[in-house]
Amino acid sequence: MNYRLAALALLCPAVAAHAEAGKVHEHVFSNGLKLLVKEDHRSPVVVSQVWYKVGSSYEPGGITGISHMLEHMMFKGTAKYPVGEFSRIIAENGGNENAFTGQDYTAYFQTLEKSRLEISFKLESDRMRNLDLKAEELKKELEVVTEERRMRTDDQPRAKVHEQFMATAFTNSPYQNPVIGWPSDIANYKVEDLQAWYQQWYAPNNATLVVVGDVDAQQVEKLAEQYFAPLQPSVLKPVKPQDESEQRGVRRITVKAPAKLPYLMMGYKVPVLKTAKPEWEAYALEVLAGVLDGGDSARLSSRLVRGKQIAVSAGAGYDFTSRLPDVFLLEATPAEGKTVFDLEYALLDEVYQLKNELIAKDELQRIKAQVLASAVYQKDSNFYQAMQLGTLETVGIGWQKADEYVDKVNQVTAEQVREVARKYLIEDTLTVAYLEPQPITQAAKPAKAIGGHHAF
Amino acid sequence: MHFNLIGLALLLLSQTVWSAAKIENWQTPQGSRVYYVRTAGLPMVDVRVVFDAGSARDEAQFGVAALTSALLDSGAGELSADDIAQRFESVGANYSAGVSEDMAWLAVRTLTEKALFDKALATFETVLSKPAFNQADFEREKARTLAGLKHREESPGELAGIAFNKALYGDHPYAHPETGVVETVAGFSADDLKNFYQKYYVAANAMVVIVGDVSREQAEQTANQLLSKLPVGSKPAEIPAVTMPSKASKQHIEFPSTQTHVLVGLPGTYRKDPDYFALYVGNHILGGGSMVSRLFEEVREKRGLAYGAYSVFAPMYRQGPFMMSLQTRNDQTEQALDVLLKTFNEFLEKGPSDKELTAAKQNITGGFAMRFDTNSKLTDYVAMIGFYQQPLDYLDTFQSNIEAVSIEQIKDAFKRRVKPELLQTVTVGAGK
Repeated sequence: MNYRLAALALLCPAVAAHAEAGKVHEHVFSNGLKLLVKEDHRSPVVVSQVWYKVGSSYEPGGITGISHMLEHMMFKGTAKYPVGEFSRIIAENGGNENAFTGQDYTAYFQTLEKSRLEISFKLESDRMRNLDLKAEELKKELEVVTEERRMRTDDQPRAKVHEQFMATAFTNSPYQNPVIGWPSDIANYKVEDLQAWYQQWYAPNNATLVVVGDVDAQQVEKLAEQYFAPLQPSVLKPVKPQDESEQRGVRRITVKAPAKLPYLMMGYKVPVLKTAKPEWEAYALEVLAGVLDGGDSARLSSRLVRGKQIAVSAGAGYDFTSRLPDVFLLEATPAEGKTVFDLEYALLDEVYQLKNELIAKDELQRIKAQVLASAVYQKDSNFYQAMQLGTLETVGIGWQKADEYVDKVNQVTAEQVREVARKYLIEDTLTVAYLEPQPITQAAKPAKAIGGHHAF
Repeated sequence: MHFNLIGLALLLLSQTVWSAAKIENWQTPQGSRVYYVRTAGLPMVDVRVVFDAGSARDEAQFGVAALTSALLDSGAGELSADDIAQRFESVGANYSAGVSEDMAWLAVRTLTEKALFDKALATFETVLSKPAFNQADFEREKARTLAGLKHREESPGELAGIAFNKALYGDHPYAHPETGVVETVAGFSADDLKNFYQKYYVAANAMVVIVGDVSREQAEQTANQLLSKLPVGSKPAEIPAVTMPSKASKQHIEFPSTQTHVLVGLPGTYRKDPDYFALYVGNHILGGGSMVSRLFEEVREKRGLAYGAYSVFAPMYRQGPFMMSLQTRNDQTEQALDVLLKTFNEFLEKGPSDKELTAAKQNITGGFAMRFDTNSKLTDYVAMIGFYQQPLDYLDTFQSNIEAVSIEQIKDAFKRRVKPELLQTVTVGAGK
């Protein structure tokens, strides 16, 4: 059976064909806007996403989080469509919409019934150049973002650990800053800061328009031509490289927070697809992540959670499509009676084995089967397909890499996995963070009944 | 590159067969209901087996349904937990299991290529029909659940949710959290799980959902294969009716967080509720629309008091919660709560405007196709329709049901069903 699976892609041509990324129609307008269209006729719907090449990793000190703040302000109106109109129009057309900001991108999306794509283009093209930033709207929205930060980070012990971990692991790379920004920076944004950020990055020549769904690519191009082609491009200044300075020696931090369980986060500096030389190293690291955490049969679950029962949960993470070199993350929660130090030792032992023994054939085959299957499952969602194209394009890898993914993972050997483990999972570039729980003193006050019709 | 031709042919086919999903329904020889939808275009299938065995069946053993569900793939037949995981993952199949208040389900997503499908299905069948509940696996999973329950206590939002359900449901089986509480879970034995499994994981209490690129014949075989090993058993008694709280209450739980989580509500609507669509459309206007609703407008857009401000009806077999929620900086909790209640009361008294109702209907019906545009979403819908025995044309009639709702119906339904004098309020945060 295992032998069969090694050649899964060859023996199941129908499956392999479906795992291919599919035909993408690309067009670059004269103002620099790149359009990517992928037809998927399974349902009469369409997703439209506008991706800007800007995110927290573009931000200098003092205004961290401004990309995310601007994302919020993008819903505050233009001269043509004043505050609230954008969302109202999308809603009355049955659309879902939102936006997200990451380290390397800011993206806006609408999902609509297929005949209504034009509405999205009309509105997105308008706010690409005509945002009307108002100080009084910023004042309110700044409070919203502060609440968002409290909810996502300040009141979440593990999110705090992650934030401090990144700030420790990176010294010059902008990945040291949280996407949502440091509190003091958030509190001090001025409308001029937002205006400058908008002017600098929101332009057709810094954007990619991705459309996936039950559409005709030629018609989408015509529609995009009508709405986006007239927009003026900007002169884009290249972003400073901010190369990470070399780490020589392990870094350890402790984070105290009200919590019930201790928690451990570890990470090694690694290249990503965009920066790996040779390129296969990134695919080998991707496989390595699968060896450790590609499901319930992977090593962290089978050895640490079940075998040694040293962890109640354990995971590994590698963000293959980052724009800049990143960290290979390991994180775990100790089982009752075990400490974060026991866990650290156990994780280091797993790393030691990856460096000294070749991974088993069936592990490698299992990962390849999963990658092939996932490539099919992912096509269940237009949104995911658009995300994939938009991410690859926006970080500068190029959407075409989506097509190569299954093949490139298939070419990874056990020797290559050992080689990247030896080269990158080294103590000199390791950062370790421990969550040290502080007591939560909670006292429920007895439920107080309020009878009758009380005033609201 | 002739593969592209295969793809193209399938795409053309799927274009011609698309309509609101055609759900086929039959019974297995053991009496389990089967719901099947053929979706072409991708060589994959989702198979889900659902039992009336959610946390509402826990009785005094809060969390026993959830832990039973978690144990299923930790050893079954001759297979260990490692074997099971390897068998699924070696063919790229994804297994999952879980519980809600009403349901317990096991699911597998797999490719339809025969060798892969057969291996995934055989493993799924073993997990479903021969879970071992070995002592060692039980001890480990119980310890993990207990750790999860402790972890939950780190989250003011989770604590608020637990206190809220308790306030709404008192002694009703919907009152406790699905994963249970430390006090009950700590006392479980492997036999408790085995007994729960034997009582509820039976053919008479099961239904199967199959969505994907398999033929009707394959779907029938699949359902038969999965369920023939289960004893027929019997359906459990109905979940008892919900008693509404007798008066309003307000409860604060002190927690060292920067925000206070605010939840306000009462038991709301159920799946076969004649008021369901009126309440659904009304709530969409009040606080259900994701970026356009009164609560979102008043709490966030006008005042910047919170990142999220929503209301939701969660329909279940009995009345699931109606909940309005927000999170705000501790010192402005009262202000935010006032805005929330004012917004709610005004809606209750005056109802929506014509314009709001039209906009809400346009949003819901205009986005209809997006409710089931993936196999994942479709599987969820079909499971809901099957479990709650909704009409098979539920999706086909959905839009006309929405269109039929009037302002008067919304006002009337809210007045009868969401009584302000019974609202339960929970706040969790650093108060003083």
